Formats: sequence, structure tokens, C-alpha cells
Amino acid sequence: MTFDLPLIFLVLMGVAVLLYVVLDGYDLGVGMLMPAASAHEQDVMVSSIGPFWDANETWLVLGIGLLLVAFPVAHGVVLTALYLPVVVMLIGLMLRGVAFEFRVKAEGWHRELWNWLFWLGSFVASIAQGLMLGAYITGFEPGFSYLLFSLVVASGVCGGYVLLGATWLIWRTEGELQRKATAWAHWGLLWVALGVAVVSLATPLASETVRGKWFDFPRTLWLMLLPLASAAAWFWVWHEATRVAKGKVKPDWTPFVGAIAIYALAFLGLAYSLFPYVVMDRIDIWQAAAHPSSLTVVLIGALIVLPFIIGYTILSYRIFRGKATGKLYD
Amino acid sequence: MDTADTLLIARAQFGLNIAFHILFPTITIGLAWILVYLRARFALSGQATWLESYKLWVKVFALTFAMGVVTGIVMSFQFGTNWPGFMNKVGNVAGPLLAYEVLTAFFLEATFLGVMLFGMNRVPGWVHMTSTVLVAVGTSLSAFWILALNSWMQTPVGHTVVDGQIVAASWWQVIFNPSFPYRFTHMMLASGITALFVVAGLSAWRLLKAPGDPAALRALRSAAALAAVLTPVQAFVGDLHGLNTLEHQPAKIAAMEALWKTERGAPLVLFAIPNEDRKRNDYSIEIPKGLSLILRHDTAAEVKGLEAFEHVPPVAPLFFSFRLMVGVGVLMLALSWLGTWMMRKGALPPRWLLWTFAGFTFSGWIATLAGWMVTEIGRQPWLVTGILLTADAVGEANGVQLGASLTGYLVTYGMMLIAYMVVLTHMAGKGGAPAPGPAHGMAFKAMT
Repeated sequence: MTFDLPLIFLVLMGVAVLLYVVLDGYDLGVGMLMPAASAHEQDVMVSSIGPFWDANETWLVLGIGLLLVAFPVAHGVVLTALYLPVVVMLIGLMLRGVAFEFRVKAEGWHRELWNWLFWLGSFVASIAQGLMLGAYITGFEPGFSYLLFSLVVASGVCGGYVLLGATWLIWRTEGELQRKATAWAHWGLLWVALGVAVVSLATPLASETVRGKWFDFPRTLWLMLLPLASAAAWFWVWHEATRVAKGKVKPDWTPFVGAIAIYALAFLGLAYSLFPYVVMDRIDIWQAAAHPSSLTVVLIGALIVLPFIIGYTILSYRIFRGKATGKLYD
Repeated sequence: MDTADTLLIARAQFGLNIAFHILFPTITIGLAWILVYLRARFALSGQATWLESYKLWVKVFALTFAMGVVTGIVMSFQFGTNWPGFMNKVGNVAGPLLAYEVLTAFFLEATFLGVMLFGMNRVPGWVHMTSTVLVAVGTSLSAFWILALNSWMQTPVGHTVVDGQIVAASWWQVIFNPSFPYRFTHMMLASGITALFVVAGLSAWRLLKAPGDPAALRALRSAAALAAVLTPVQAFVGDLHGLNTLEHQPAKIAAMEALWKTERGAPLVLFAIPNEDRKRNDYSIEIPKGLSLILRHDTAAEVKGLEAFEHVPPVAPLFFSFRLMVGVGVLMLALSWLGTWMMRKGALPPRWLLWTFAGFTFSGWIATLAGWMVTEIGRQPWLVTGILLTADAVGEANGVQLGASLTGYLVTYGMMLIAYMVVLTHMAGKGGAPAPGPAHGMAFKAMT
């Protein structure tokens, strides 16, 4: 029995990237919402993500690691093409990451500075990730219209992260901050709706390959289930956030799950558009794949270790369940 | 911009990054095991002073770890952005080793760090103790995988060539390649000693401000004593590592010792200005037959000089880095012995000794960086010895991009390093006890 190793690794990589986007997405969203909160609320917000952000960011390392391991040819092409946004993202992630530690140890204007850098780092990293996604979808074509498209995608990614961050805060905080978070979630939803709509219309225009995949009757009818499900999730999140805003706070986790569903559906749509390319219209997964021997050895390791990772990640979420108080770093 | 310039900037950028990154794991790998010790002493004795020490050093650990994580992520991208040729040629060996590092080490340490830092009041004691151990295991595992890859790049074995690509034939041989046991031991000891000098230096700093802090005195004495044991062991291991290099990378040794010609009874050059143009040493101070004696244990033995090799690394950087590493190492050994002797009765040592320890807080960084420069520059012009030249692995990123990103990294790193050292010093100055009263007018305060 033979396995289609490149396909398996594409799925693994996709799962890692989706997990990164959702998990670090709520971290980055919370970071971007910092200026809208009071000093005490900022402490609560950072405490709510403090125990998780580091492991969340590790999914990015795994995603890029799998790209490196499984599709070494594409790794070089993709990262060379995305050189500048990658550097900008990395600097953003560095500022955000160390700000966790520095802001609690600083006082006065130093603390303000690190709060500001925390926001800036989150914002810059999110924008850069959006620009990378935009350039990736269009196969790294140069030109003004492609840059414009990438900026729209970047804006949509920021809106999506704000939505994830806001719904995370609805789940993990209470009182005034939770109520504020419902308003942020509503803004995030509007932002996402606009972003996704523009990107969904623009992508088929920008890429012939994508157009061919989506507008091919009767398959198109089945594919329409994806936007329909996204719309349903969107309305559900809106409804649930409104309910929490009105004071019926239980259950408080539904908006977050809904936001994840929106992300997962958008991701599926994107994955369908791109498949089987690792570099749009140029390199497919079988051309880019590493030697079977190295894929096998990584796959064995991943199959053994991933259950443990999932296990202790669940353990960590069990240990740090409940509402954040802002006293975590004390 | 021609290829030579791109190569130079790509190397400068990667070198800056990896040098900045290694500062922090060097501390955390050793400090993680110090934390295991402190946590275990608290668990066994139940004394609050051990807990206070643990809580102080866990904050130092958290800060250092965060610096290591964020700079490490940069590394994972720069393999692709700066050296696409590396992955094309040896990706089938390098990739799995890096993947195993992420899978077995990164998630482990990142997740249990959360429990270790914030979970003490949320989980039973044994779970917290286990989390502390798992973080230490994770940091050491990470060192294991990355040093396996690095050592394989120095002394590659266990692979075959399939369609122009390098593929592993025996993973056991790839991982446990000839230089790996030496390099791994050398690095683990370097990390332990670096962390001990950080603990000793910051505790000395605390004692300068609060001479009556018993926890700080205990930390200083223990760290100095353990360093006094480990520094001679490190010298011994370093010597074995050097002999291993002589066997597998003789050109590196010739450059380290600035030996240009193959000689019987080669001299040991103590100091010189290596002259690359004329292939000789200027202003040289030598011990006749010294090198033959050290390397071959025979004053008449032949040692191969640089002329014997087709590919040789640059001589001056290796020659000076090696002497810097050995020099700082000797000073660290002397200070740890002197300190241990002077504090043997348990009394507070004189202020000049405390100042000296405080001044040596980051001495391990200098020795470690110098050592890494010896081993990495010593591998040049190869990226993977005998398989891939560094010049053939460089990417197509243009000079403007490289220059702009190099500037961006420099500014960010400079700011992070200053903030790190300032915060660490302030935290240590406050000590492990709860900070007394609100510290108005102070820029930083310890977390309570």
C-alpha cells in the first residue's frame, strides 16, 4: 500500500497553518484591541492570553517547518518572494513577544511604551501576514493592482484577527470589558464581511485558475455551500454577541467558536482555490515534494508526537480555564 | 549588486541573527536545570526561601526565554530567505532534524512554560514540579537536535546522493556524526557555566545593594562553587573537541593556530597578526614545537599547515576568536576558584569581589560567541563540509532588501538587548523578597 506523501504533508501543513491563524489570531487580535481598553482592562487582556501565546506561535514554526521539510523547493521560492513582508512580520512578532515580559516589569512611561509596542507589534505582524497571503494567492505577481489586492487582503486579515480577539475576550473576561468586547466583535464582523466579500469577488478576477475552479457548473452549486455556511456562522456570531451584550452572558464561548468556524470555512475556500499548487500556477505539491525517505521519517515522528502535543495543549487549557483576572503576572 | 556583496550581507545578517539568538538559549538551557534544582529543594524542604529564589529566577528565565523564542522564529524563516540553496541541496537531512526539534522540544517547552510561570496556584505541587522538569527537558532536547544538524554540517556522514540531492542513508549516523558528542557536551557545559555566571553576577549585584540578603549570598556561593567544578571539565572537553576537529577538519585547526606551512615540530603561536596576503605571521610570539606537542603529544610530529588544503577558512578571525574564548574561559575559571575559596566560610566576600562577579555576569556570552565563531567561520568556505559551498547556497534577495532588513534587525535587536539587560539588573537588584512599598520615581520594579 502506498501513500500519497506530498498530499498528506499538504494536509498536515494546512492544519498547522489554520491552527496558527486561529490561535495566534486571537493573541494578535487582543493585541490590536489594546488601545481601546483602560489600563486595568489591558492587564486583564494580556493575562487572558499570557499562558498560551508562546505555544500558539509555535504552530507558525511548525507550519513553516513543514513547508521547509516537505516542500523544500517551494520554501525557497516562497520565502524569497515574500522577503520583505516576512522581515516586517518577524520584527512585529518579536516586539509583541518580548512586550509580554517587559510591560509587566516596567512602570510609568516605560510601561506605556511597551503597551504601545505590544499593540504596534501585533498590528504590524497582522498586516504583514495579510500582505503575504495576498501575494501568495496571486502567485507573487508584481504590479500596483496586485499590491492593492494584497492591501485589501491584509485589511481583511486584521479584521478577522480583531474578531477572534474580541470573541476570545467575550469568553475569557466578564463585566464591562466583556460588554466592550461584544461591541468590538460586532465591528470585527462588519470588517470581516467587507473583507471577505471583496476578496471573494476580486480573487476570481485576479486569477484565471481560481475563476476556472469556482465557475464550473454544476460544481459551482455545491461550492456555494461554503459561502452559505460562512454567512450562517456570521449571523450566528452576530446574534450570540448581541445576546451577551444584552446581559445574558451564558454560554459565553459560542461567539469564539463561531468566529473559528468563519475562519475555517474561509480557509477551506482558499485551500480549494489554491490546490494543488504550493506556488500558484507554477509549482504543485508533487513537483515540490522532498525525497520520500525524509518525508516518511518526519511523518512517523509527527504521528507519534502530535497526540502528546494535542494532549498537553488540552491540559493547559484545562488548567487555565475560566475568567482572566489581570493578576496572572503578579 | 554582485553576488559577492549579496553573499557578504546575507552572511552578515544571518550571523547577526544567530549570534543574537544564541545568547538567550545559552542562558535558558542551563538556567532551566537550576530552576529544577530550586523547585526540588523547595518541594523537599518546604522552606519558603527556596520558593523565593525559585520565583526570582523563574522571572529571569521567562524574560530570557521570550527573547530566545522570538529570535528563534526569525531563524526558521532565514533558512529559506537567506540560504535557499541549503534546503535544495541538503533539505532532506536538515528538514527532518529541524522538524523533530519543533515537534519534540518547542511545543513541550512553550506549553509547560505557561504552567510553570502561571500555574503554581492552579495545579498540585507534583504537576508544577513535573512542568519545571519538562521545560528543562524541552530546552535540552532543542539543543540536541540543532547541534546534531550543526555537527552534521561540520562532519557529514550517513548520507547518499540521489538525483543530485543529499538523502539520509542512516539517521543514526547522521545524528551521532563524529563531531556531535563533543560539540553537544561542549555546548551544554558552556550553557551551564554561562547560566551559573548570570546567577552569580546578578546575586553579587544584589549583595552590593543589600549585603544582608541570605538568599543572594547562598545563590552566589552555590553558583561559584558549581562553576569552579564545571570550568575545568569544560577545558578538558574543549581539548577533546579540538583533537576531534584535528581528525575531521584539520584545516580549521591550522587556521585557529595560524600554521601556514606543514611542519615537523610545529610551534605554538601564542600571539601574532596573521597576514593573509603574504601567508605568514607578523609580530609572532611562539613556543617552539609547542603545537606538535599539544596536538600529537610528540615534539617532532608533523602538523599539516594551511598550504596542505585546497579550501581554507580565513585565518585572522579564527586565530583571534579562539584566543578570546580560551582567555575569557581561563578568567572565568580563575574567578570561580578564587570566589569559592574566599567564600568557603560562608561570610560575605569583600566588595571588590562582588564587583568582579557582577562584571562577569555576561562573560559566558563572550566565550560562547567566540567559540561559535571559531567553529562556524572555521567551516568556511563550506556550508556543509565537502558537500555545499556557502556561496552556492545564497538567495536572490537584492541588496536593498537585505540592507533594509539588516537595519531593521539591528535597531530591533539593539533595543531588545538594552531593555533586557536593564530589566534584568533592576530585577536582580530588588532580589527575591517582596519589593518594599511603591517605588516612586523608579523606572522598573520587580514583579511581586
